[in-house]
Amino acid sequence: MAIPVIYNLRSVRARWDSAVVAVLGIAGTVGVFIAMLSLANGFRATLVSSGSPGNAMVFRSGSTSEMDSTVSLEEVRLIEEASGVARSAQGPLVTAEVVVIAPFPLRSTGTDANVQVRGVSAKALEVRSNVKITEGRFFNPGLAELIVGRNAAQSYSGLTLGNTVKFGGGNWKVVGVFDAGGSAFDSEVWCDVGILNRLYHRPENMFGSLTVHLSSPDALRQFKDAVTSNKQLTVDVSREVDYYDKQSQTLSLLIKILGGIVAAIMGIGAIFGALNTMYSAVAERGREIATMRALGFGGPSVVISFVIEALLISFVGGALGALAVLPLNGLTTGAMNWQTFSHLAFAFRITPPLLLMGVAFALLMGIVGGLPPAIRAARRPVAAALRSL
Amino acid sequence: MVRVDGQSNSPSLIQVRDLDKKYQRGSEEIHVLQGLNLDVAKGEFVAFMGPSGSGKTTLLNLLGGLDVPSKGTVTVDGDEITHMSRSKLTEWRARHVGFVFQMYNLIPVLTAFQNVELPLLLTKLSKSERRQHVETALHVVGLSDRMHHYPRQLSGGQEQRVTIARAIVSDPTFLLCDEPTGDLDRKSADEIMELILQLVRQHGKTVLMVTHDPVVAQRADTTLYLEKGALVGTGAPEAFSYGGAR
Amino acid sequence: MRFGPLLTANLFRKKTRFVLTIGSFAVALFLFGFLAAVRGAFSQGVEVAGADRLVVINRTAIIQPLPLSYRDRILRIPGVKEVTHDNWFGGVYQDERNFFPQFVIDVEHQRKVYPELAVPEDQWQAFVKDRQGAVVGAATAKRFGWKVGDRIPIRGVIYPGAWEFNLDGIYHGTRKQDDESQLWFQWDYLEEKRPAFTKGLAGWYTVKIDSPDNALRIAKAIDNEFDNSSYETHTDTESNFAAGWVKQFGNIQFLILTIGSVVFFTLLLVTGNTMAIAVRERTGELAVLKAVGYSDRFVLAFVMTESLVIALIGGLLGLGLAKAFELLLTVVKTPINTVLPFFYIPTTALLTGVATALAIGIVSGFLPAVGAMRLRVVDALRRV
Repeated sequence: MAIPVIYNLRSVRARWDSAVVAVLGIAGTVGVFIAMLSLANGFRATLVSSGSPGNAMVFRSGSTSEMDSTVSLEEVRLIEEASGVARSAQGPLVTAEVVVIAPFPLRSTGTDANVQVRGVSAKALEVRSNVKITEGRFFNPGLAELIVGRNAAQSYSGLTLGNTVKFGGGNWKVVGVFDAGGSAFDSEVWCDVGILNRLYHRPENMFGSLTVHLSSPDALRQFKDAVTSNKQLTVDVSREVDYYDKQSQTLSLLIKILGGIVAAIMGIGAIFGALNTMYSAVAERGREIATMRALGFGGPSVVISFVIEALLISFVGGALGALAVLPLNGLTTGAMNWQTFSHLAFAFRITPPLLLMGVAFALLMGIVGGLPPAIRAARRPVAAALRSL
Repeated sequence: MVRVDGQSNSPSLIQVRDLDKKYQRGSEEIHVLQGLNLDVAKGEFVAFMGPSGSGKTTLLNLLGGLDVPSKGTVTVDGDEITHMSRSKLTEWRARHVGFVFQMYNLIPVLTAFQNVELPLLLTKLSKSERRQHVETALHVVGLSDRMHHYPRQLSGGQEQRVTIARAIVSDPTFLLCDEPTGDLDRKSADEIMELILQLVRQHGKTVLMVTHDPVVAQRADTTLYLEKGALVGTGAPEAFSYGGAR
Repeated sequence: MRFGPLLTANLFRKKTRFVLTIGSFAVALFLFGFLAAVRGAFSQGVEVAGADRLVVINRTAIIQPLPLSYRDRILRIPGVKEVTHDNWFGGVYQDERNFFPQFVIDVEHQRKVYPELAVPEDQWQAFVKDRQGAVVGAATAKRFGWKVGDRIPIRGVIYPGAWEFNLDGIYHGTRKQDDESQLWFQWDYLEEKRPAFTKGLAGWYTVKIDSPDNALRIAKAIDNEFDNSSYETHTDTESNFAAGWVKQFGNIQFLILTIGSVVFFTLLLVTGNTMAIAVRERTGELAVLKAVGYSDRFVLAFVMTESLVIALIGGLLGLGLAKAFELLLTVVKTPINTVLPFFYIPTTALLTGVATALAIGIVSGFLPAVGAMRLRVVDALRRV
């Protein structure tokens, strides 16, 4: 015989102040849980989407990122001719680039952040098909002109279309804004690689890395073999998506670990809150429970009834927490990518699976918080319960 | 000597003149006590009876300084308590009144000893002095062997005896009992009444008791009835009718 | 205290509830301690920054170098007491995840500018004489089990190749929060092995000045000196420099504050509710206490004290566990070490934690205590 659920609903309503406390405790935990995971999610998504499976990146052997790699012009020429490289009317779809950082003031704090500045060739847009100019135009090679990613334009002061900014000891005119589909490039500033080299006192014909558009995504193996077997080259090749995946690891891991710890701790706290609520419920309803049992509802029915009640409360808490953080979705924030020392803008990214995880976490807390009190309720000797006031 | 006409010339231990108590219930004003007079001498054992809602408990609360009247005075052992401030009243109660209620008397997480000790914690007595008083009180009520038991380990009658011990431990001016046997079976009720009588006869205590049980009231020296907000009559309960079920 | 038994007896009335409420406080305060350490890890640089030190970097970008010839010109500026230069080495020891900072230092002047990082004299002298020598911070040495005399291989990334160093000394920070994770090696060794076009260039200068009051003036003077050259400088106090760095990490402060607030607000609700229930259950007893002669104010104080005792016990437990966790991290290696090599809960944070716990105890106990105070015996004992 099952105890009707309406009993639980009415009981919760009668003791709504205790229930509200448990609900809020769970809602808070679930909210933080989802927020932290979506932060890590967003960060990763931004970086991973920077890479395209059809592109490969070439660095000097042994370097860990674009910034500490150097590739000479001769090496670039050799790589351009390797098999597996896509070609267009303009020639091989290879862009040799230099990445540096430059300080720009953040709009939010006024203090400087290190922005990633990429010196690119004219073929940059052809190689990176996910990047498009949305305002203005691409810069003229050989001139001190900049194009800025849409996040960069929003996050830093002075990077608006038509403005002139000073960095690297030169004056640059912002001639265009580009959209890179929510990837890391949206936080970058691009300019002519030759001019950048000169301003940063780098040797004329030295580049940082190459991005190559492959003839097909499967051509990676072919390209890699061709390049690494060439004795005149000391380079490593990796698929662009894999490179960015690796780049995102440290900070992503940090956010996940810290977020995980915080959520776990809060979860324990929420469980305590739920336990407290449910134990008080059992205590206050001692006679009701005994009466029900005297009427013939067995021990298991009582347990199930209380667990259902706990699940109801925790479900409401979970849903509330999920709804509360939903507005964060798409909210941009910025952080420093430790591996490149540069500032990166990214957005909270809440996905349906993430929301479901949050609610599942809530239900888990509900069960853990509801089961012990429920078992205690079922175990109390009926006669004693009926006698106590 | 107990009088309800308010005409007494000599000062008594407890003296009530023209007591009035009204309170609001919703939109109505209930006039519970009207022009009530009472004189109780030291060493008397008085029972108060009356139908439900007649104001017995209200009267007891006023006598015990738990409430203030709308009009009139209550004087105990020369102190007029009706116009005392709340904090003074609290102090007064601690020294002059011993309470025995029908229930909730004992704190369940304290032993019998600790419960009886409670009033003494408010005094300046040392720990050993307190222990002496507690042991004496528990001895008087016959529970020396259960000193360190918790209320849940005691029967209803034993719990009330502990309560009585607590009520007498600070040697108060008088005891106020509100249905002390209400929750007990006949046998335990008898034991409690025996004990109260012992306190009156052997220890000279003054006891005022509210009860609805005529058998219990019979044990008192005087029984007074609350009718229409004032006290009437003295004598055996059988001589009066209630006009309805008790 | 004579009312002690009454207090403790009431606290243990419902053991489960007592444990759970203490547990809630402990959890919240543990989180508090944890977050304080995280915050400290990020802003560590700011706290240890010397008030009398300036950092000089290339105005174009921090990754751009400055010529070594600048040293003497900086020294000549009034107010400058000592100058040392450094370079970031950024190599890899075995695995990229074993990250720790490696600096190429100016052996002659380092100790005058960073006096708080102490090396035993004999070890330092051995280091000075050893071109391939290295000095390592105590924390890193402990992490990898290094001892003086070990040979340490590092794979150069910015300066590629296999580099090897002799561990000549171990330094200790003299203040609790000093960074003990760095590896230092000789400038001359770098100069010897680095490519020609990078020789003669330093990463940045650290300048020790005569008084913090002159910081702004001296910083301006340094930047003016090198204005319009091909290596223009940007000079700032060490703490501003570190603070700017932290701000770039992202709004960690805000995040932590938000989480902290959510947690403490919830704790407040939970404990407030528990106290309210605990008082509600005892209405009859409290009424009898008042009848017997305990004043309203006593009852108020009594309930508040209960609340405070629970808060204090729970708070101390939580903070104690957080401190224990901190100690555990120094002994056991976990993934946390890689992302937060520096995990320390400052004493001020512990004190703030205790104060916060007590404050929550006061606030959560307040309404129930007032209710108990206001309780009228007459109403409470009114029979149904």
